[in-house]
Amino acid sequence: MKVTVTVNGRPVAAGVADRTLLVHFLRDEAGLTATNIGCDTSSCGACTVLLDGQSVKSCTVLAVQADGSEVTTVEGLASDSGDMHPVQRAFHAEHALQCGFCTPGMVMAAVSLLAENPKPTEEQVRSGLEGNLCRCTGYHNIVRAVLAASEG
Amino acid sequence: MSILGTRVVRTEDPRLLTAGGTYVDDLRVPELAGAARVTFVRSPLAHARITGIDASAAHEAPGLVAVLTYRDINDIPPPPLPPEGGPPPGSEAAPLPLGGPWQEPLLAVDRVRFVGEAVAIVLTDDSYQGEDAAELVTVDYEPLPAVVDLGEAMAGGTLLFPDAGSNVPVAHPAGDLAFDGCDVVVEREIVNQRVAPVPMEGRATAASWVDGKLTVWASTQNAQISRFILAGAFGLDPAAIRVIAPDVGGGFGAKVGLDRDAIVVAWAARHTGRAVRWVETRSENLTGMTHGRAQRHTVKIGGTRDGRVLAYRLDVVQDTGAYPRMGGFLPTLTNLMAPGPYDIAHVEAGYRVVVTTTTPISAYRGAGRPEATAAIERAMDLFAAEIGMDPAEVRRKNLVPSDQFPYQTPCGALYDTGDYIGGLDKVLAGAGYADLRAEQARRRERGDVVQIGIGVSCYVEITAADADNGETARVVVHDDGTATVYTGSSAHGQGHHTSWAMIVEADLGIPMDKVTVKHGDTDEIPLGTGTYASRSLQLGGVAVHRANLEVKELARKLAADLMEASEADLELDTASGSWQVRGDPAASRTWADVASYAGAEGLAAFVHYTDGAPTFPFGSHVAVAEVDTETGKVTLVRHVTVDDAGTVLNPVLTEGQRHGGIAQGVAQALLEEMVYDADGNPLTGTLVDYATITAAELPSFELLVSETPATVNPLGAKGIGEAGTIGATPAMQSAVIDAVSHLGVRHIDMPTTPVRVWAAISEARASQ
Repeated sequence: MKVTVTVNGRPVAAGVADRTLLVHFLRDEAGLTATNIGCDTSSCGACTVLLDGQSVKSCTVLAVQADGSEVTTVEGLASDSGDMHPVQRAFHAEHALQCGFCTPGMVMAAVSLLAENPKPTEEQVRSGLEGNLCRCTGYHNIVRAVLAASEG
Repeated sequence: MSILGTRVVRTEDPRLLTAGGTYVDDLRVPELAGAARVTFVRSPLAHARITGIDASAAHEAPGLVAVLTYRDINDIPPPPLPPEGGPPPGSEAAPLPLGGPWQEPLLAVDRVRFVGEAVAIVLTDDSYQGEDAAELVTVDYEPLPAVVDLGEAMAGGTLLFPDAGSNVPVAHPAGDLAFDGCDVVVEREIVNQRVAPVPMEGRATAASWVDGKLTVWASTQNAQISRFILAGAFGLDPAAIRVIAPDVGGGFGAKVGLDRDAIVVAWAARHTGRAVRWVETRSENLTGMTHGRAQRHTVKIGGTRDGRVLAYRLDVVQDTGAYPRMGGFLPTLTNLMAPGPYDIAHVEAGYRVVVTTTTPISAYRGAGRPEATAAIERAMDLFAAEIGMDPAEVRRKNLVPSDQFPYQTPCGALYDTGDYIGGLDKVLAGAGYADLRAEQARRRERGDVVQIGIGVSCYVEITAADADNGETARVVVHDDGTATVYTGSSAHGQGHHTSWAMIVEADLGIPMDKVTVKHGDTDEIPLGTGTYASRSLQLGGVAVHRANLEVKELARKLAADLMEASEADLELDTASGSWQVRGDPAASRTWADVASYAGAEGLAAFVHYTDGAPTFPFGSHVAVAEVDTETGKVTLVRHVTVDDAGTVLNPVLTEGQRHGGIAQGVAQALLEEMVYDADGNPLTGTLVDYATITAAELPSFELLVSETPATVNPLGAKGIGEAGTIGATPAMQSAVIDAVSHLGVRHIDMPTTPVRVWAAISEARASQ
């Protein structure tokens, strides 16, 4: 069926099978491959995006469910002039990424977390990111980056 | 001032943060346009005969391109026979199967030996179709008994490879050891459980075969080794193969080279003539990618009542899974490092490798060394408990003193440099060890429900064990003053692009932002080894440094000619990146000037650095755990470490390596285990069941600085990538046991899950 999703401010329309997952719509129809797939049980959070401002695991949303919605991926975070989002800048400054595979989902989860709780404690950051797995950083610098971003 | 040793954030990050990496599944290169998706048909049984494969229904599936089984693999040479005089030892660089009766097929022939073993592949237009079509391939299995228990495997009642006549492909059991003069001897069996590497990107391979040339894009730690493996498997000239490692989403040892599934994918491109792409699912990854650890240890330790250890015996049984892909490599490393950082007069170590009907075992961050450390550290704790001495004090009494280096161990290692006692004292001071013991005493006195445990570990490891394989670097200075580094090393998160550019800036004065680093493409870099065993900086980095020096000497000659000065009078000002004549500050030439003057011949140097030597990083960790004695729940409260990997090039990167390793070590100690039932069914085959550690289960870590330079390489560098898993695992495990030791608990096997901790407490209480 035909689905139209506004992705990073740009409408993307495509005919998709009913079972098509949002993450595949983003990767294959919108051509935005930053959002990764790290599991098949909604456990790892690599595919986290914002759907109408709320963070979702895009492997757990059907593309048809997103019809008419707005989606933001990590490619859409930087400003129009190309400046990185404060969370992206903090991830860079704090060495909060290594292989980079979890990073787009982790950044989007962090953006969502800070939107809900602009001044989280370390414990709140840790519990807030529990649904996003990273195998490289031990989470140490990710937590520091989110806290740094929260302090502006 | 040199940029080396300073805190430099990564040049790799902006791209990864804003556009995302380009992993195999993200490649949109023309060669892969319209690539068929590969989906594997995998065995649902641990051990069975295959009596028939019927793909007729799959042929009717929408989007089907091909169904391929072992019968179709009729266009490659037979696997090589094992060398005379027994099987090859295997190595981390080339984890080849043993061959002969232990030969691992590319696709199952008449028997499957683990759940997840590849039986067939389907090629379809897209991945959704692939899942459907794979379901339609009917395989008839005649079940055989599963062999999961190591004792049963060794008894050989059911053989995985009947022609081999045994389930033990390699055996060097530990010899007898007299514990003469020992007041106290403690012996115990310890399980170092099977864990899954879980790189966030699983295995992924794409391939195209055009005009007699095979191009393979693979999520691998080593493009060049992968090409070597493919050339051998297909009987092709390596020149006919190009391997590209694009961005790689983590490896942790499990992506060294290419495994059989990746070879099958590459073969499918050649066999069908159609480009193909395979990206495994996570459930596929948890049974199809190799697992790590999986050792059973019998430790025996003896010494005097005043705390001196005199003798130690370690016997390792290595579960190697269904196919002995690494031969005896992993337990050989465990044996080599058996005595750890301790000066023990008599040490005896041995091993047996045993096949079971489970996923094959290979390297996982540390690869044999965390196991050695876990064994000796548990043994030290057991010994300390037996003589009633503080575990830190027992360690201090037995660590190799600083004036003993280089130190030859009874197991054949030559520890290069170290300050083991200094490292222990530093971590104890940093953790506030005495205060922690006082707090523990107060809680015990009060009978608190939540008790505190302090785990201390000391370790030494071997890095760049295969230093003689070396690493390559080619440094080119262009006529615009920029430089390109072609490295045989391979990056998948370690920050090579930043580090190598720092070395160029330090050596040549060409600023980092004018340095491009390239890796992982065999057309550009035919010769290289890649990344594993914490070898990158001390081999690949040194190769860059050496190439820089060669470029510098070439440039000196050119600049002398250009400036009409004597070579001896020329000096490179690395602050400004310019060549100057001594005593004549006005005369100056830039790198662009010199490179332009070099003309068509260019200004470049290639180095294959092979005269390095292994190094022995060391350190000490303290873990502080709270344990709820009513529920068995463990919380890691603090983790303090000293990890000395010689001279640090970029503290930002070494800290990142330590953090990641600590988390994986804590994960093994507390949570993670690949579990099989008696029938060989994996019970932890998804990320819902496999307890991958999360941010919520970890504290921030406390890292202390210690730098004892290596003397075998000009950067003074040792490896840091595996320190965390080696040091953290035993410290965490010890902390849990220490928290409940006053209740009579001496040992709890990993993972120290709540149910195990609770059971250990209950058992100890019942026996008192």
